[in-house]
Amino acid sequence: MLSRVAENVYWLARYVERAENTARLINVTAHVLMDLPVKVRFGWDTLLTITGSGAGYRGGRGEAAVIRYLTADYDNRGSLISSLYRAREAARTVRDILPQEAWEQVNTVYLEAGRNFAKKADPRVRYNHLNTVVRGCQELTGIVDGTMSRDWAFEFLRTGRHLERADMTTRIIDVRAASHLPDTVGDLTPFENVLWMGVLRTLSAYQMYRRHTHGMVRRADVLTFLFTDPVFPRSFLHCVRRAEDALRNLPGAEGPLRTARGVSRLVTEVAPGGLKREELHQFIDDLQLGLAALNDRIRDAYFPAAPSVSEQ
Amino acid sequence: MWVVVRFGRGSDDLGGCIDWRQYAPGGAFDELIAGDGRARPGAGHLCRFLARLSDAELKERKAAAELAIRMMGITFTVYSDKRAGGQGGIDRAWPFDIIPRVIRKSEWDGIAAGLAQRVRALNLFIDDVYHDQKIIKNGVFPREILAGSRNFRPQCVGFSPPLKVWAHICGSDLVRDKDGTVYVLEDNLRVPSGVSYMLENREVTKRVFPELMASTRVLPVHDYPAQLSDTLAAISPTRRARPEVVVLTPGIYNSAYFEHAYLARQMGVELVEGSDLVVGDDDRVYMRTIAGLTPVDVIYRRVDDLFLDPEGFRSDSAIGVPGLLRSWRKGKVALANAPGAGVADDKVVYAYVPDMIRYYLGEEAILPNVPTYQCVDKKARAYVLANLAKLVVKPANESGGYGMLVGPQSTKREREQMAARVKARPREYIAQPLVTLSTAPTLVGLRPEPRHMDLRPFALSGRDVTVTTGGLTRVALKAGSTVVNSSQGGGSKDTWIVDTSRG
Repeated sequence: MLSRVAENVYWLARYVERAENTARLINVTAHVLMDLPVKVRFGWDTLLTITGSGAGYRGGRGEAAVIRYLTADYDNRGSLISSLYRAREAARTVRDILPQEAWEQVNTVYLEAGRNFAKKADPRVRYNHLNTVVRGCQELTGIVDGTMSRDWAFEFLRTGRHLERADMTTRIIDVRAASHLPDTVGDLTPFENVLWMGVLRTLSAYQMYRRHTHGMVRRADVLTFLFTDPVFPRSFLHCVRRAEDALRNLPGAEGPLRTARGVSRLVTEVAPGGLKREELHQFIDDLQLGLAALNDRIRDAYFPAAPSVSEQ
Repeated sequence: MWVVVRFGRGSDDLGGCIDWRQYAPGGAFDELIAGDGRARPGAGHLCRFLARLSDAELKERKAAAELAIRMMGITFTVYSDKRAGGQGGIDRAWPFDIIPRVIRKSEWDGIAAGLAQRVRALNLFIDDVYHDQKIIKNGVFPREILAGSRNFRPQCVGFSPPLKVWAHICGSDLVRDKDGTVYVLEDNLRVPSGVSYMLENREVTKRVFPELMASTRVLPVHDYPAQLSDTLAAISPTRRARPEVVVLTPGIYNSAYFEHAYLARQMGVELVEGSDLVVGDDDRVYMRTIAGLTPVDVIYRRVDDLFLDPEGFRSDSAIGVPGLLRSWRKGKVALANAPGAGVADDKVVYAYVPDMIRYYLGEEAILPNVPTYQCVDKKARAYVLANLAKLVVKPANESGGYGMLVGPQSTKREREQMAARVKARPREYIAQPLVTLSTAPTLVGLRPEPRHMDLRPFALSGRDVTVTTGGLTRVALKAGSTVVNSSQGGGSKDTWIVDTSRG
């Protein structure tokens, strides 16, 4: 398998996953903001920080401007449309190894999003449009799962998808850290509850959380669940372990695997549930740095010096 | 024998259907309709079928084609189109007309034989030019034309590629004039493109007109990738059971990238870019894979000669592979088409193809050339300059319709500019009378109107020559226009070779 192709497949998966999670993030933010009292609401521009696209932003702090920048702006490398565009460009360069339906799906999701988000964002249809992206990305995962041979290309897809998902999970948890609510480790205010439910819902984790913890929504339990649950597919630990599984099927993965095990240890050796707000923020930074290091190990092992359409 | 098309469907007729009697082909030869609504042989079934569709049904079929093209991601790239969807989103949906162009098999067999004859002679010519140059010594081909060729590669002199084939893939452009005669307009021997669209057009037609395809004897086109794969495997320098064949593309921003990816996928081989390949100390070519370097035997290169190898050709090429030419000359890797094959892909050399056929094969050309005036010749040049408004003037070495003057549609200023260019560099230009390209019904809205078209069939040369069944029909979508290039507003049609014999 060509190094360049492997790299594009890996990034295709990352960009699709990023697009899906960006859509989730915007939807949950909108919902949470509606339920919070005005004095503790955080600004929409917080999303710029969370998605790492604050640096180039020149617009206002209002909802419409920020959402436009996050969804429809091609000049924002972190926007939903940019992610889908890059996913499609990556897919275009590897069409010869993707199942035909997978390419068609990437193409369709991109074109549809382009049409939907080109217009001025109307909050009433925005939810549906974002949901269409989420669904479209999940369909792609389904197509790949149902039609692609378990070859190396598949493993690179799987690796990329899970690393991006792990990264986005940490970013979505960070939405909570952005609010101005005081930390209450003991008794929860009703609004704290609103926030954590929002986080769980963004990650489609609410139902699974309830089934696995049999309890109410509590900060410590939610954090423990989202960081360390071994079986929930969007938990940080689960994602890193699935990336490890995929790497194990690739030749010469010793370096990346060592780093991946280190990243897993970051969450298993700490009890994330007890972290205070600032600690949590720092912890999330550490996890993101760990994932970046793993990304670098993968690059060194498989894509040395190969030019790519999609370096981050 | 003419087939008369019947009209109307009785009382359930929704009205507004295609009435072929209303279709006016104009002065050109029409491929489907002979006049007065009569379909040409082979096209009767198709025309009757279309006439039976209501407007709503026709609209539905058109939408189905558009959807299929979008979903299949059939795109092409336009260099000048900087922004279609942000970030230089430069690929556009492939413009396609759902009404196929029909050619009878009995006529096609003759055309295919003519093409095969032509590429045989062209390959012999290229081989001769890089060896003894007998054709020049025997006074059949002028030495000064070769000396002025921009596509002659001194690096190739004395080299003998496997099977002595230089142009493994040739795409020739055919046009049909008013009287129905089919001419060869040019031969593309460097990196001819379009074959993927020929294949995809058929796929689209199958989705749009399944019942029509099932009831018409249209010959299939799908075996091209397999034949291409065989052609490439046959020139492998190693005797491996499964030679490693790759398709070399300049990259995603090349206008034909869609095709490169398509052919690689269809053949089940790697699609590589220059940076994926490296020439080792043993002069073999390797590709960089996640498991290290893997040897490559045959490269179907879709990169122009001059960009292939910064060591052998242009040193500023960023898309080439350093040392590739050295590896090829040592016989460690095969290149298709071979570097230097473009020497015969020149509109000045083109004029001599009938002579080559006579010289090398001892046969008369089956397919005629369009009469060509060589501006390098003083008398011809005087005629061209005096008749610019009547002629088509073309640069000898350009493709894609760039830099060309269509006399009857030109302004005075354009003619003056062309005259100046011709005088400055006469070897670089040829002129031809304007061939009135044939037309075929093309949907404009929901009504057929005549639009001009050409045809690009592809010939594969290995041990034998095989010619595609039909080819890519390119159609000028603007009324009256004869510029069919997709880069300049052209579209395409599916091309049906229909067996009209009985039994």
